[in-house]
Amino acid sequence: MIKHVIDILDLSVDEIDGLIKCADDIIANPEKYAHKCSGKKLATLFFEPSTRTRLSFEAAMYELGGNVLGFSEAQSSSAAKGESVADTAKTVSCYADIIAMRHPKEGAPMVAAQNASIPVINAGDGGHFHPTQTLADLLTIHREKGRLDNLTVGFCGDLKFGRTVHSLIGALARYSGLKVVLISPEELKLPSYVKNDVLKKGGIEYVQTASLEEHMPELDILYMTRVQRERFFNEEDYLRLKDSYILTPEKLAGAKSDLSIMHPLPRVNEISVEIDKDPRACYFKQVLNGKYIRMALILKLLKEAGTID
Amino acid sequence: MNIDSIKNGIVIDHIPAGRGMKLYELLGLGRLDCPVAIIKNAASSQMGRKDIIKIDADIEVNLDIIGYVAPNVTINIIRGGELVEKKSIGLPETLVDVIKCKNPRCITSTEQEIKHVFRLDDPEKRVYRCAYCDTKASADS
Repeated sequence: MIKHVIDILDLSVDEIDGLIKCADDIIANPEKYAHKCSGKKLATLFFEPSTRTRLSFEAAMYELGGNVLGFSEAQSSSAAKGESVADTAKTVSCYADIIAMRHPKEGAPMVAAQNASIPVINAGDGGHFHPTQTLADLLTIHREKGRLDNLTVGFCGDLKFGRTVHSLIGALARYSGLKVVLISPEELKLPSYVKNDVLKKGGIEYVQTASLEEHMPELDILYMTRVQRERFFNEEDYLRLKDSYILTPEKLAGAKSDLSIMHPLPRVNEISVEIDKDPRACYFKQVLNGKYIRMALILKLLKEAGTID
Repeated sequence: MNIDSIKNGIVIDHIPAGRGMKLYELLGLGRLDCPVAIIKNAASSQMGRKDIIKIDADIEVNLDIIGYVAPNVTINIIRGGELVEKKSIGLPETLVDVIKCKNPRCITSTEQEIKHVFRLDDPEKRVYRCAYCDTKASADS
């Protein structure tokens, strides 16, 4: 059976550990991997705009010696003519060896996976899942801290619509010793189903606060997020909340010296550019790590599909 | 109130009072040509009040729908006027095309040909989640 990655929980803890090991090895020995996917093709099916994720997938495939085909907006695909996701997936299976799909509708990559004869990676489905961002986050945390357990992680900003936050909490919840600090305005609090299903069910210690500074001294990781315009139905609500939490050097005054500041990017103004010079800023490392972990994931899925050795 | 005994058909008994009509609609019983009776608020020693549906025809009913609306019902199969089988159901693990996802952002809102699939998430609260977008659906709503 072909393995697809739609949700981060499609990967076991052991599989994630394996991907992290593989990514570490790619970083240390890139030449070893430069031709692993020679003659193979990745289809990047992006039905909504993305800079980082699409380029990261494409760079990953090129660095593995493979090729890339696809589209970067729905208007330049047959979706504009009304083609279904199911038919697109069947068609692309005839041309490529693996698919990375981003789609504004939640569950679209799952429909693609049900219809494709090649592995499908969810590259973001609306406000739902974005497993490769979570893998990039996990690799970054592992490389910065040397572990994924016994961490106090602060999530700040849009915790309601921020799919990266939900996925990362779900992924970290599988490791012991996690403590979570949820920092957001009232309107953008973590949805109760994530709190109930993940934090409460898993017996994970968590606090909710409206203050960015209050728990700063305890944090090992501060995961900042953008208030995303595209997740709001109402422009007024977006404008009112978009500047809720902005990280400045002053707000970091009480932070640990080995704090890791993360952000899935793109950033608007929620992290002051002065922070970029701070050695604790990890968000551009996250971007780079995203490419390496996607290389590891492409390799794993193509190997398991019997496409490469 | 007299309702004829059925010769060949199905009696769905022990439906919690008030859910009989929902079951009638979801099972599409209004489209049948045979006699169908809904008894509402019948006295029950176990439940206080209950609804009962009698279908006087040998038809297949969607057990997933029945399990979703009323998992503790008893289904009595009648042949030649005799009770030949009694079935209990319980909550189904998966619902296929029983309910529709209400999330406008879900792929099922635009992809016409796919089945609406829900998986049981919390048996105690009878909560299901859309297999595509994880939106909750409760049998009580």
